[in-house]
Amino acid sequence: MNYFLTYLIVFAVGGLVCLIGQVIINLTKFTSARILVTFLLLGVLLETIGVFKYIKDFAQAGITIPIIGFGSNLAKGAIEGAQQDGLIGALVGGAEASAAGVAVAIFVGFVVALFAQSKTKK
Amino acid sequence: MINQTIFFSNNNVGIADTTTIAGPKEGEGPLKKYFHNILDDDLLNQKSYEKAETKIHVAAIRHMLNKNGMTAKDIDCVFAGDLLDEIIVSSYAMREFDIPFMGLFNACASFAEALIVGSSMIHGGLMNRVICSTSSHFSTAERQFRFPLELGTQRTPLSQWTVTGAGCTMLENNPELPIKLTCATIGKVIDYGVKDANDMGAAMLPAAMDTLKTHLKDTHRNPDYYDLILTGDLGDAASRLMKKLLKKEGIDIEEIHDDCGVLIFNREGQNVGQGGSGTACSNLVFNSYIYKEMLNKRFKKVLLMPTGALMSKTASLQRETIPGIAHAICVEVV
Amino acid sequence: MKNKEYLKTVKKEMPKTKHLRTMLRAFLVGGLICCVGQGISDILKAIFPAMTEEVVAQFTIITIITITGILTGLGVYDEIGNFGGAGSIIPITGFANSIVSPAIEHKREGYIFGLCANMFSIAGPVIVFGITASIIVGLIALIFPGWFAK
Repeated sequence: MNYFLTYLIVFAVGGLVCLIGQVIINLTKFTSARILVTFLLLGVLLETIGVFKYIKDFAQAGITIPIIGFGSNLAKGAIEGAQQDGLIGALVGGAEASAAGVAVAIFVGFVVALFAQSKTKK
Repeated sequence: MINQTIFFSNNNVGIADTTTIAGPKEGEGPLKKYFHNILDDDLLNQKSYEKAETKIHVAAIRHMLNKNGMTAKDIDCVFAGDLLDEIIVSSYAMREFDIPFMGLFNACASFAEALIVGSSMIHGGLMNRVICSTSSHFSTAERQFRFPLELGTQRTPLSQWTVTGAGCTMLENNPELPIKLTCATIGKVIDYGVKDANDMGAAMLPAAMDTLKTHLKDTHRNPDYYDLILTGDLGDAASRLMKKLLKKEGIDIEEIHDDCGVLIFNREGQNVGQGGSGTACSNLVFNSYIYKEMLNKRFKKVLLMPTGALMSKTASLQRETIPGIAHAICVEVV
Repeated sequence: MKNKEYLKTVKKEMPKTKHLRTMLRAFLVGGLICCVGQGISDILKAIFPAMTEEVVAQFTIITIITITGILTGLGVYDEIGNFGGAGSIIPITGFANSIVSPAIEHKREGYIFGLCANMFSIAGPVIVFGITASIIVGLIALIFPGWFAK
């Protein structure tokens, strides 16, 4: 596997996703919460229609690190849950698949906030 | 009162003294040699920025009393305001003083409001000596009106930087004082439908234009009556747009206009967008630079017009537009 | 002057966002953060060859969220954000930053009503929309199993 090429693709795809986001911000003045929700739902959609895994095979971290990857995880978990465990899987599958990110974010947020102080911007 | 303008015609409303405390960033700006005090830290060992701002406000009033050798009983009343909800900074600051207090809010135009109310009391002979003070702080305004400080957000080119600091003006019933407040035009709330909370200059501009035109009409003056017409915190782009729009209506203030928000920072080097804003902005500029240069007779007739964007986060989330207000005060060397 | 006319003038006369510059910066920062993610995942794979792909992906996210948390606490991430714009919002780091930053900001109002209550004041919608959408997708998968490949 050619590392240089892999990283070039990761950089290009990841950068492109963010560039599209920036265009949306510039044109609509979306705040960060709206942008995050928009791209999250885009990820859910891409996974649901089955396109995400092809992009992922090609771009790897370039598509999984953006919040799109988080959205796809949620959808994937729910679909697999529904297929394996029926109704309960459909309900909790998404939460289960995204649990790692959310749990760690809460834990890190709590610990960091215990020690850090907010500082005036420069 | 003629239309919207009141005249302090007894010629007895004088500025006895001024004082300012500027934050660290303001202290690096072009007006640093004019400020009375400059902070090197904007948290001042306090537990929160709100407490720090209160401390700055207290320090400004205390400095004013100390340097004039006065005590609380020498002051009849303090008129003060700031940007925070329920103007907590002014109110909590006044716990420290045994002086009657009236809290005011007109957003960034609060300083003008304080001067107008104070002048009226003195002109009418109801009070002898009052203090008009305001304060603002970048970090308290940022969390109240925008986002947490550590959130990675991009500042747009139209954004402005809330000035950290506090200042006060002491007004006295004294015909001998060289610098006097001679008249004031009380502005109306004007809303032309600007929604972008990052573009406060455009939101306040119509109010500033309206107040200026009303003032000139009420006083039968031409703009060149003044050496300086000083708007509060329109910022660079909105100032230029205002001059352009006024010119179209036949009012040329190109040469004599300046904006406190533009004066207080070095826009090129300090990454402040269109310039400074906040309740302390017009206050710091007037009480330091303008007052001192008026004492030096560089400016003799100044029209001070602090502008305010009367917005709140709740109203913005409810898709409200941003109303603006501006008051004009004529300060003259007599 | 009429309101509409004024708003048009404002739109025309006021300085505009520098599209090209902000887009380029978003591209650079976003691309770079994704490369860091790829790097972490490659290193994990090299050290723990037995790890399944799924676990590697989870640890990558965990690592990158932790790094963001620390950078936010140190007051570095908001400067990356000011430079990178969407490039620092859209990667999962932006999600982590939007959880950690209000927690720090509101600590001064106490641990329960300040730090904890405000932790999701910005990222909350992401969780709400995310979980809701996943349940809708799950139910669709349940009702129309033929639509989704195993």
